[in-house]
Amino acid sequence: MNELSASSRITYRAVMVRPSVARRVRGLSDKTLAWLFITPTIVLLLAINIFPLLWTIYLSFTNYRANRANVPTIWLGADWYQSILTDPDIWAAMQVTAHFVIWTVVIETVLGFGLAYLIDKKFRGHGMWTTIILLPMMLSPAVVGNFWTFLYQPQIGLFNYVVAFFTGRAASSFQMLGDVTLSPWAIVIVDAWMWTPYVMLICLAGLRSIPDYIYEAAEVDRASKWRQFWSITLPMALPFIMLAVLFRGIENFKMFDMVNLLTGGGPGSTTEVASITLKRAAFESWRTGYSSAFAIILFVTVFGLANIYVKALNRVKSR
Amino acid sequence: MKRTKTLVVACAAVAAALSVGAGTTPAHAQGKTITLCWAAWDPANALVELSKDFTAKSGIGMKFEFVPWTNYADRFLNELNSHGSLCDLIIGDSQWIGGAAENGQYVKLNDFFKKEGISMDDYMPATVVGYSEWPKNTPNYWALPAMGDAVGWTYRKDWFARPDVQKDFKAKYGREIGVPKTLAELKDIAQFFQGREIDGKKVYGASIYTERGSEGITMGVSNYLYDYGFKYDDPKKPYAMDGFVNSANAVKGLEAYKELYKCCTPPGASNSYMSEGLDAFKSGQVALQMNFFAFFPGLYKDPNVGGDKIGFFVNPAGPAAQATQLGGQGISVVSYSKNQAEALQYIKWFSGGDVQKKWWALGGYSCAKSVLNDPSFPGSAPFAKEFLQSMGMVVDFWAEPSYAQLLQAEQKRVHDYVVADKGTAQEALDGLVKDWKAIFKEEGKKF
Repeated sequence: MNELSASSRITYRAVMVRPSVARRVRGLSDKTLAWLFITPTIVLLLAINIFPLLWTIYLSFTNYRANRANVPTIWLGADWYQSILTDPDIWAAMQVTAHFVIWTVVIETVLGFGLAYLIDKKFRGHGMWTTIILLPMMLSPAVVGNFWTFLYQPQIGLFNYVVAFFTGRAASSFQMLGDVTLSPWAIVIVDAWMWTPYVMLICLAGLRSIPDYIYEAAEVDRASKWRQFWSITLPMALPFIMLAVLFRGIENFKMFDMVNLLTGGGPGSTTEVASITLKRAAFESWRTGYSSAFAIILFVTVFGLANIYVKALNRVKSR
Repeated sequence: MKRTKTLVVACAAVAAALSVGAGTTPAHAQGKTITLCWAAWDPANALVELSKDFTAKSGIGMKFEFVPWTNYADRFLNELNSHGSLCDLIIGDSQWIGGAAENGQYVKLNDFFKKEGISMDDYMPATVVGYSEWPKNTPNYWALPAMGDAVGWTYRKDWFARPDVQKDFKAKYGREIGVPKTLAELKDIAQFFQGREIDGKKVYGASIYTERGSEGITMGVSNYLYDYGFKYDDPKKPYAMDGFVNSANAVKGLEAYKELYKCCTPPGASNSYMSEGLDAFKSGQVALQMNFFAFFPGLYKDPNVGGDKIGFFVNPAGPAAQATQLGGQGISVVSYSKNQAEALQYIKWFSGGDVQKKWWALGGYSCAKSVLNDPSFPGSAPFAKEFLQSMGMVVDFWAEPSYAQLLQAEQKRVHDYVVADKGTAQEALDGLVKDWKAIFKEEGKKF
């Protein structure tokens, strides 16, 4: 009995308590049992992931509108794809998205890694600082979007006062959310504020996974701190950094809630990221076929980029 | 065995509690309850108060689903498009009527009106066309005009009355400061107050609609466009928009709106709509405010800026016309409702003369001639006369089934030009014609 594995013990107890189930199960092969366990998951996946995806692909080739279900659906072929890929407004939205993704990822990675590096030094009170730094990512994006609109308010906003304090410029002389030059940066700042801690957390896990003996060996070899950083810390933490970049890149490519609350895509279309354009087409204009095609294009883009990136990540890890 | 006993006792207790509850429930809760959907704003509270009479009279309970304006269209159009039965009655925006009628989301009310003796002749013509008819100007009714509304203006009467303000204004513009009769005068006043110190506080000219996300800037700029000669299409040839939407006068109107935005609004007013306008006015930031009449009863009661301190005026005239943007809504029965009979009963009750009078008294805007044409009406509230005048000069946005797309196109083109400084006014309106043509073409319209 003592030699039984934990799972066997559990099975044994189950058999003792529910003999009728055991009798029924006893006649099934391992393969059948395995199928029995994974079938609910597969059914769920098919129902909530695969079927909607296939349905969306189908709709993207039609003129279907969710608000006019009584209008006959016409097969349009690749018309929507052609129209989306040649639409300057869509490309403008993609540029806005690219600006947002690139800058947020760069800033969050640099700051996140820097903070992780500092926190990893385990100075006095580092636990408390870690908790404080992590607070923004624990907030809801809707809350963050709302309170940053107040922080950015030119007349009463704290952000403008802080800038005014350091630059001497009048607080109400500039508007972060209403200015075409500043608003793309306003959304980058908020995202960086909220998600740098997340990158920090992943980088910290990477830094803590580096064994001390490697640094000790480097010390013995009289490697400078700078050399240790470039030859040990950075290469060994790189897979974690890349993972953080992947997560933030995918997340920000489909960013909606925070930007929608902060600027609603404005002023004009200056901060209209692709997901806002998609939402407007799908749920305000009710161009379901068109928006399905756009969603598929976005999905293929993210999926393709993520796959290329994962291959690069695997190459780094296998070094 | 002990567990079974406990279970039996618990069930008995629950059953007893339920039966006691049923015994103490008011009579109407045992009957039907219907749900009315609308926006969350002051008139909705008045309607809750008013509807108590309906419940008392009919025994039908009322539930209310109110959604803030920013999510109102999204929430309820989603509900209608998904054939949801949450709302038995809906006070839907005037522009929804085409889509709701053509997609079978509203119950057609002609037979019901005929049977109950409800005549559309008893309502202000603009509200019947705006809130009830589809196709427009045909006797096909999908709603009962419920809440008349239009864009108007408020101003700080107390500031206008200050001797220093009067003296400075006269010195600068060579005339007395007063309610603006034209858009040019309005701009002068806004410019005069912009950055001025009043009681040691810096104030600004005007709060106007600039919101990008839903319909804000369109509802604002329309007041200028109409006054400058903008028309949605050729009155003789429907959907022919060239030279009407983008006429030279319309371009000037758009430029004038941008000038007002640039010269005379408070900092950070790049995404303002109804609530931001109210905030700006109530906090004493602005001298003038563009907003819907629906908010005026609340503003008049405001302890800080209401009473003697506030004045109201209609949208001033432009070089070509004097018009204003229609707001307001009709009340419709949702075709997916399982309580259509009770919902129709509510509409019949709501159309009653006394109910309409009480509706106005509580803060709602009746569309019934019996209320509006009453000789005492203009003096019944400080904004009643202006409301009446506005309802006589309203113009509405497209009410086509594709209105949401048409609206989005205007939101984008106008916001890009006015707020984001992209291109010229001519380019914005030419682009708008192009967008609208594409939308109508997709709809199969011929023009």
